[in-house]
Amino acid sequence: MCQEKDKNLTILCRCEDITLDEIREYINQGVTDLEQLKRLLRVGMGPCQGRTCTPLLINEIARATGRPVKDIPLTVFRQPTTAVKLGVLAGGINHE
Amino acid sequence: MNKTADYVIIGGGVIGCSIAYNLAKKGAKNIVLIEKKYLTSGATGRCGAGVRMQFGTETNCLLAKNSIEMFENLEEELGYQDSIEFKQGGYLLLAYTEKMVEQFHKNLGVQHKLGIPSRWVTPEESKEIVPHLNTQGLLGATFCGKDGHCNPFKTTDAYAKAAERLGVEIMTYTEVKQLLAQDGRITGVETDKGVIETPVVVLCAGSYSRDLAATIDIDLPITPERHQILVTEPVEMMQGPMVMSFYHGLYCQQVPHGSFVMGLGDPNEPKEYNFNGSWQFLHEMAAKATFLLPPLANLRVVRQWAGLYDLTPDRQQILGSVPGFEGVHLAAGFSGHGFMIAPMTGKLMAEHILGEETSLPISMFDFSRFARGELFVEPSVV
Ligand SMILES: Cc1cc2nc3c(=O)[nH]c(=O)nc-3n(C[C@H](O)[C@H](O)[C@H](O)COP(=O)(O)OP(=O)(O)OC[C@H]3O[C@@H](n4cnc5c(N)ncnc54)[C@H](O)[C@@H]3O)c2cc1C
Ligand code: FES
Repeated sequence: MCQEKDKNLTILCRCEDITLDEIREYINQGVTDLEQLKRLLRVGMGPCQGRTCTPLLINEIARATGRPVKDIPLTVFRQPTTAVKLGVLAGGINHE
Repeated sequence: MNKTADYVIIGGGVIGCSIAYNLAKKGAKNIVLIEKKYLTSGATGRCGAGVRMQFGTETNCLLAKNSIEMFENLEEELGYQDSIEFKQGGYLLLAYTEKMVEQFHKNLGVQHKLGIPSRWVTPEESKEIVPHLNTQGLLGATFCGKDGHCNPFKTTDAYAKAAERLGVEIMTYTEVKQLLAQDGRITGVETDKGVIETPVVVLCAGSYSRDLAATIDIDLPITPERHQILVTEPVEMMQGPMVMSFYHGLYCQQVPHGSFVMGLGDPNEPKEYNFNGSWQFLHEMAAKATFLLPPLANLRVVRQWAGLYDLTPDRQQILGSVPGFEGVHLAAGFSGHGFMIAPMTGKLMAEHILGEETSLPISMFDFSRFARGELFVEPSVV
């Protein structure tokens, strides 16, 4: 990972524009639950739904808590699997 | 782990956290809040995050009005360093039938007596408020600019942090297995981590309150009903108010983050514990939303999820004690509108639990109304 670079500029979640420093601040306050980090910071809630940032985030939590990566529970993956336009979704149905 | 507490609050949603804070603020000590997963893992973290004063009964109008006034100063009151993202962009409630028009005018009458700044708007005026609204078939609407949105995760976090600062102990990932009682009074709760002895239990576990009450033979008339909801990618701010249509069973709001949150009520939903999102919901939601708000067709859905309404027979919460049973207090059955009234509900419940006179009457929400057959009917809910 790239923690040697300027910390303030290291973006961990690019969809939601959240830096590594912001995440470390929450983790240092004791928020080491992925579900909680997601809800309080929006990390992993962007258009890619965490496909980019969740693995990085899990590494961070593992490092901070000393737990092995495999023991960090993942958040629930929700539909749809890729972002779809409302117009496309509406297309299949007749409506008034 | 075996321990004792003066008060055990079951449920780490917005209601439990608001009650915990309000009890502690009034000087109550030795309070433990128990949550089986993480805070906001229940309905609170799954909700539409809308807050409104526009109800049809005086009681609900007052509960909601007081709560919204509390949201206005909540960060300060709770000493929250972060933002609860409170936005007052209003609620536009659409009327499509003569019956709705009549009901909305009645509601306005109730609201105006209480000083709620709501008003009737024509379809043309509705379009001025929401320029991308399709007014086809619309007879008019009511609008209240004080209504809006608030972030449920942050609000709950704010209450929880303030409660902890006042000495409340919050235990997450701890599940209450059963309530313990003897001779008609509460003696404790049994959790998966041991027993906590306590003379007072506050039950605010959403739909699960029914299962917990059943462990001491109290039969709560609460049924879980799945409600689905979705969120789009964030875009530039383009819609101030929540748009809500009881006719379409739909609500849709752009939150301060820029994304649109929207949901539907499904009258045919089976009553059961179900958290799965369905493909039909995506279709139907998209069809209705793009009919009412056509430009939204270009927005991408990034996530859909489901949560439970804890429905009571009259779709109104149960607040208060259980007659003939010492030490049990109920705050459950919010039936889909519990987030917006959490600030005032927490305050009223704390007053009630401590035996004080409540700042607003709560007797119409008591548990025995179902046995007496005195249902409380609120005309203005999805
Ligand atoms: C899709 C949807 C949209 C909604 N939209 C709105 C809206 O726009 N505005 C609004 O005001 N309201 C809305 N609501 C309703 C609102 O979410 C709820 O009324 C409110 O959050 C209730 O809060 P609560 O604390 O009572 O319940 P919950 O948040 O459900 O909290 C109960 C907690 O108890 C815990 N628990 C359960 N059993 C146990 C146990 N045995 N031991 C320990 N803990 C336990 C659960 O894990 C849960 O965290 C919506 C609800 C849904 C589902
Ligand atoms: S990078 Fe975090 S959600 Fe896409």
